[in-house]
Amino acid sequence: MISVITSLLIGAIFIAAIGQNPLEVYLQLFSQTLGNTYGIGQVLFKATPLILTGLSVAIAFKAGLFNIGAEGQLNIGAFASAWVGFTFVTMPWYILIPLSILAGFIGGALWASIAGVLKAKFGSHEVINTIMLNFIALALVSYLVNNIYPVPATIHTPEISPNAWLQRFDVLTGIFKGSPFNLSFLIALAACLLMYYLLWKTPLGYQINTLGLNKGAAEYSKMNVKKLIMLSMALAGGFAGLGGLNFVNGYKHYLELGFSENAGYIGIAVALIARNNPWGIIIAAIFFGILEYGGLTINTLVPKEIITILQAIVILIMISINHFIAQSRYKKFNAGTANG
Amino acid sequence: MDNYAVEMTGITKIFGEGFKANDNVNLRVKRGDIHALVGENGAGKSTLMNILYGMYRPDSGYIKINSAEKTFHSPSEAISGGIGMVHQHFMLVETLSVLENIILGDEPAGFAGIIDYNTCRKRIKELAFVFRIDIDLDAKVGSLPVGIQQKIEILKILYRNAEILILDEPTAVLTPRETEGLFKTLKELRSEGKTIILISHKMSEVLSISDRITVLRRGKVTGDLHTADTGKSELGRLIVGEEIADLSVKVKTPFEDTILEVKNVSIKNDRKFLAIEDISFLVQSGEILGIAGVEGNGQTELIEALSGIREIDSGTVLLNGKRLQQNDVIAHIPADRHKHGIVKEYPLYMNILLGRESESGFSTPYHLKQKELINYTDNLIKEFDIRPADHGQLMGGLSGGNQQKAVAARELTKDTDLIIASHPTRGLDIKAAKFVHEALLSERRKGKAVVLVSTDLSELLMLSDRIAVMYNGTITGMFKAVQTDENEIGMYMTGMMAKDSKK
Repeated sequence: MISVITSLLIGAIFIAAIGQNPLEVYLQLFSQTLGNTYGIGQVLFKATPLILTGLSVAIAFKAGLFNIGAEGQLNIGAFASAWVGFTFVTMPWYILIPLSILAGFIGGALWASIAGVLKAKFGSHEVINTIMLNFIALALVSYLVNNIYPVPATIHTPEISPNAWLQRFDVLTGIFKGSPFNLSFLIALAACLLMYYLLWKTPLGYQINTLGLNKGAAEYSKMNVKKLIMLSMALAGGFAGLGGLNFVNGYKHYLELGFSENAGYIGIAVALIARNNPWGIIIAAIFFGILEYGGLTINTLVPKEIITILQAIVILIMISINHFIAQSRYKKFNAGTANG
Repeated sequence: MDNYAVEMTGITKIFGEGFKANDNVNLRVKRGDIHALVGENGAGKSTLMNILYGMYRPDSGYIKINSAEKTFHSPSEAISGGIGMVHQHFMLVETLSVLENIILGDEPAGFAGIIDYNTCRKRIKELAFVFRIDIDLDAKVGSLPVGIQQKIEILKILYRNAEILILDEPTAVLTPRETEGLFKTLKELRSEGKTIILISHKMSEVLSISDRITVLRRGKVTGDLHTADTGKSELGRLIVGEEIADLSVKVKTPFEDTILEVKNVSIKNDRKFLAIEDISFLVQSGEILGIAGVEGNGQTELIEALSGIREIDSGTVLLNGKRLQQNDVIAHIPADRHKHGIVKEYPLYMNILLGRESESGFSTPYHLKQKELINYTDNLIKEFDIRPADHGQLMGGLSGGNQQKAVAARELTKDTDLIIASHPTRGLDIKAAKFVHEALLSERRKGKAVVLVSTDLSELLMLSDRIAVMYNGTITGMFKAVQTDENEIGMYMTGMMAKDSKK
């Protein structure tokens, strides 16, 4: 919270520096995003994939792995969901929707598993591998869209069957009028619940946590470390892969190149700020959703880059505050036990 | 004029919410003395020395060095004031040479800022000659044994013109032979007029080398003694504050079954070299087999193999007559509890779960039975006297002794006949160590087989029924504990003697 306020203050300096009134800009930012149901819908729409990519980074982090690959996993998962949607057009919705969800999860999980297996079997570093896999994933999806399933004069896939649509809330309820906020938000929330239950209530989650906190202790208590690494990476990829549903099944009904808008990378920041806590991830994702959509609303007053600067400042301050808290805790701890 | 090198008067240091680590402590160290500072873990020894060394500032009291009042605000000020400290964990750069390590941070610059190696080499050689420390200055530090590394640390502070040397638990990491060597050097230093403050909790050592002893207990001075006028029992009473009862009497247990059988086993280390070559031994029910040896002679690999963490290269290991399986339950108290035994960030009860999370008492595949686990932990807290008695306490906040008690509690209550304990009392104070010893003996009485690895020979002799000595990946000797002593074992440990292992 402190970091958010501090970054808004620092952001104000930048806004003032380009000759605008910070108060006016912020007022517009918040009233346009939170002041009406359309804005809120837009924010939640933006937040949906961020929750999932945030979870993706967080669960890997819990296992002591740094998943930079959410972006690639998200793209592969999204393509898988889309492919199911435009291939099995005759299926009824109660089969096609679960199948699309499953395809997204498995697509992302398989893609992440490449890095997971390489890490577990050969010890090659997941950071490098997931970054490289991002490039490959984007190129692969681009190839599939342009060459294998092209729709002339567009950069998107064929439309998915209406039976695979995840309905928009404005259609279902009448509120959030006009915003693309859709049912996939509930999938994101369910994923948070799943992550919470898995990590804190099951023996498997206990093993993943232990691996992340003290690998030596995990090995000495005979946990199957290799299996845990592969499993955590697969789960991370699966969560990221679900992120595509929001755009593909919930909004445009086709996969368009560039749809992900770096959600995979922003997921890293989301997880970081939420300190890998699934409930914190929802809040952090909504906060970034506000900045994302809010950036568009204040475009007339200031350049969109101001929002990017704000995001960066939040992350920087967050990291230093975390560090600061950790350090003062450490000092206190040391003072309590420093002796003989 | 008095001849005190260090006078600390009325030192009080308060940490956190009113915890007095030092409470009106007076310490006077005569110039040219070896002065021992003894006490249990947590008695305030390190705090006092850190105050002297400028790491902490006292809340009250003052310090005189050579009769002049001094306050050091940082270790570097203390060093230029003639005080040097050898820490328990060495601060050496393993990839640099001995010479480079000694001058590190104090390099004499010659022409154009290039380090003037010749001058400092000459100086170090002189120092080494005067104090009879024989070291190859060009060897890489990482390749040298611990005893030598320690001497490098001593040379390092002598090079900085220290007149007063503080050594923090210097023998904790040494073999008996290396300890002897260290003591020789310390006496050499004393005869050249240096003043030495030795922090220790080993009574026999302190009695053999020091001139005077200051005893600390719970932050207060409980004794200020001439070494010549005191003995083990008085010292022990001052340190602990009460008489320590002897360990429960050890009698042969009536069990005869073989629990663990190791036959012609070879084991490779991480670098794929043979760490253990063709060793065989038995451990019976109700027996403690001690394994002695200088660290790094294959003990780690052996223990890891026996506890199912490391693969065996050849040979067979039988547990209760059946080939050892990776998933066999074995109680294992690891040597390095921070690295392998606990998760600091977890509360106590989640540490009790470590390695036992699949037990049906604690979980189903889909759910942890938190309530059962907490109840179980509360019982262990009582049974093993873990303090503070709070299952939610973060493990990192427990003292070393209580962390180890928690590890022992978890491991010794596993459903198994075989217990492997590696350095189970390393770094523990007398009371906690005794508690762990009693716990192991009690398991022995119940008919369990115990493999005990330790570098502390008195511990091995006290607890074991038989002692196997390891050197260079083989067993060089096997003794009945009652028929051997530290000297004999020491010789086998260094490979000076070897005989066919006898049962």
